[in-house]
Amino acid sequence: MKFRRWAVLGAAALMAGMTFATTAEAQNEQFIPGLVYRTGAYAPNGIPFADGAADYINMINARDGGINGVKILFEECETGYATDRGVECYERLKGKGPTGAAYFSPLSTGITFALTEKAPGDKIPLLTMGYGRADSRDGSVFTWNFPLMGTYWTAANVAIQHIAKEWGGFDKLKGKKIALLYHDSPYGKEPIAALEIMSKKYGFEFMQIPVPAPGSEQKSQWLQIRQARPDYVLLWGWGVMNSAAVSEAGNVNYPRDKMLGVWWSGAEPDVLPAGDKAKGYKALMLQHGSGKFAVHKDVEKFVVSQGKSLAKPEEVGQVLYNRGMINSMVGIEAIRTAMAKFGNKPMTGEQVRWGFEHLDLTADRIKQLGFEGMMGPLKPSCADHEGTRLSRVHQWDGKEWKVISDYYTGDDSILLPLVKEVAGKYAAEKKITPRDCSKES
Amino acid sequence: MIYREAGQYKVTYEADQAIFPIAQDRFVMLALLAIAFVAVPMVATEYVYRAVLIPTVILALAAIGLNVLMGYCGQVSLGSGAFMGVGAYAAYNLSIHLPFLNPLVSILLSGFVAAGIGILFGIPSLRIKGFYLACATLAAQFFADWAFLRIKWITNYTPSGSVNAPPIQLFGLDLSSPTAIYIVTLAFTVVLGLATKNLVRGHVGRQWMAIRDMDIAAEIIGVRPMYAKLSAFAVSSFLIGVSGAMWAFLYLGSWEPAAFSIDRSFQLMFMVIIGGLGSILGSVLGAIFIVLLPIFLNQALPPLGALVGWRISTATVSHFEEMIFGALIVFFLVVEPHGLARLWAIAKEKLRLWPFPH
Repeated sequence: MKFRRWAVLGAAALMAGMTFATTAEAQNEQFIPGLVYRTGAYAPNGIPFADGAADYINMINARDGGINGVKILFEECETGYATDRGVECYERLKGKGPTGAAYFSPLSTGITFALTEKAPGDKIPLLTMGYGRADSRDGSVFTWNFPLMGTYWTAANVAIQHIAKEWGGFDKLKGKKIALLYHDSPYGKEPIAALEIMSKKYGFEFMQIPVPAPGSEQKSQWLQIRQARPDYVLLWGWGVMNSAAVSEAGNVNYPRDKMLGVWWSGAEPDVLPAGDKAKGYKALMLQHGSGKFAVHKDVEKFVVSQGKSLAKPEEVGQVLYNRGMINSMVGIEAIRTAMAKFGNKPMTGEQVRWGFEHLDLTADRIKQLGFEGMMGPLKPSCADHEGTRLSRVHQWDGKEWKVISDYYTGDDSILLPLVKEVAGKYAAEKKITPRDCSKES
Repeated sequence: MIYREAGQYKVTYEADQAIFPIAQDRFVMLALLAIAFVAVPMVATEYVYRAVLIPTVILALAAIGLNVLMGYCGQVSLGSGAFMGVGAYAAYNLSIHLPFLNPLVSILLSGFVAAGIGILFGIPSLRIKGFYLACATLAAQFFADWAFLRIKWITNYTPSGSVNAPPIQLFGLDLSSPTAIYIVTLAFTVVLGLATKNLVRGHVGRQWMAIRDMDIAAEIIGVRPMYAKLSAFAVSSFLIGVSGAMWAFLYLGSWEPAAFSIDRSFQLMFMVIIGGLGSILGSVLGAIFIVLLPIFLNQALPPLGALVGWRISTATVSHFEEMIFGALIVFFLVVEPHGLARLWAIAKEKLRLWPFPH
């Protein structure tokens, strides 16, 4: 028995070392984890998002005392955008709080792919707002994924719609050349499937130009663009790749107003380093842009002015800060929706999942929450985990982002068959039987 | 006193050639196995399994594989991440195209695919040595990165290039629980690790070491360099490939080529160097050190900071983690250039004399 006792002691000591970070937990608290990256190559974009997400949660705690009286417990874990660290963070945080983590938002396509395999077993929803697997919109297969507000296929479709509108109609796309300059990772590759379909349908030539991660070196790619002279360049970058692309476009004198970034390539850290070269550059919006709205007053009053925010003053109201806030707001509203059914107590992941699926953010509710002007109505369902297919375009004028378009709606006649096909393939590979959405309540 | 082989007479060749000829070693090994297979599952939580034990066990096997090549045969390799990737994608393709195969069988078979690729990229080692060979294996790394990204067949034409592991089952038993995965990975690592330990003691391992110590002298006494070097590449890639397949199937579940990037190669190399070149035990110790220390620092720093009344932000913790980690690596290499395995050897020496040192 001697060595077994040693084993128990040793393992206990190890675990004490691992978990002495846990604080005493109250029973009436809802735990929300934050997978963030404040360091590494993607930190310039990761920091404002993390600050926005944290500040909104702190504001709800300070102003309302939590969600319907249930205080929010919030803890960050640094992933550095690395998948294995993200998985470690997920394992570390998923069981915290009286009911475990409410949802996870990893803000990384790689981590999302890895967690997609783990979430169903742990019964924790993944809120991947504007990123993640595009086929996870099909809630009958991807029960636990919520790519709310937009997937990359919606983004690709809206981008082509905008280009067509600029040129005066879809028939003008014929014979034109559109290039996709993308981050060479699942994130950057996601839109290709949708763009290939549209290239066949509308008759434009589709050029793929990959940029190896992290994307700070793009000389050869822009040489290729200068030689091939595409009529439009779609930019699917993240972090340092965006500003490098915009600068290089300036260097080879490719017109910046013929460049359209995805919503992860359309924030202040993407254009500010490029200076004057960024003027005229356009990007899709995940509905919202920069600027301060009604909700910012409360955030400033209860969090920023109290010195509780990590954000720099100029960061508040930036694109990614606002996105972090919306991310937390949507998550909190899903918890609130779940509470309406299950009672005002800390929700389990399973209950929050129900909340996401039955979330109904009407224009009135959005106004009440102080987000009017930032987003349109959002109503996910069992079959549609995206909830909306709206997007706009904004343009950098050298000082700030100006909204230059109306709302576009993703074209489901193109998107839906693709979602069904790819999600079906995933279900077959993983031996998942899709849920029957007509029987869900 | 404690660690004394005096009085342990070996009267048969079997006893003399046993993998652990000294009784104390056998006992310690059995105790460790008992702890790993029996005691740990009784106390470990899911977090400890998924974030600590499973990655450590899998990467320990990869480190053993790299140690065969670097530590025993003296061939520097920067392509171990690539061979892990080859194993992972081979296992994936085997499970896609031969769906009747059990995923665990796919994992094992993927090692042979990795071994084949390893031999291919090992051919330059017949002509070039040292830093130049490091460059050649670096080419393997970049070639594999390119292939996983660009050759669509490898990823079964998925739009994003990210692929998923099939559900892990054995005889109808669901092996998705953390305990089951841990036992499976541990079984793979222990069996293959002990097999390698045996291999390096035999004529194959002696050939590798002869090549490592002086290849011309080895050739003169009758060691065939081609056979020795390529067999080292094959065995090393096999082990690394199996661990890569486990990393993909049993740890990540869904992965992209970035999981097997050059960073992974460097991580494995650090494990081998810190653990100790030319030691199976060292590979395991190195894996434990490299996997556990960052996680431990990351969790220990905030409460330590709180003790002195300093609230550390997530970013600061991460910066400190990297600084302390780097400093510790340098410190270890300065005080013990032969790695953690050497510390264990010194401990054994001391235990042999204790309590009556000369």
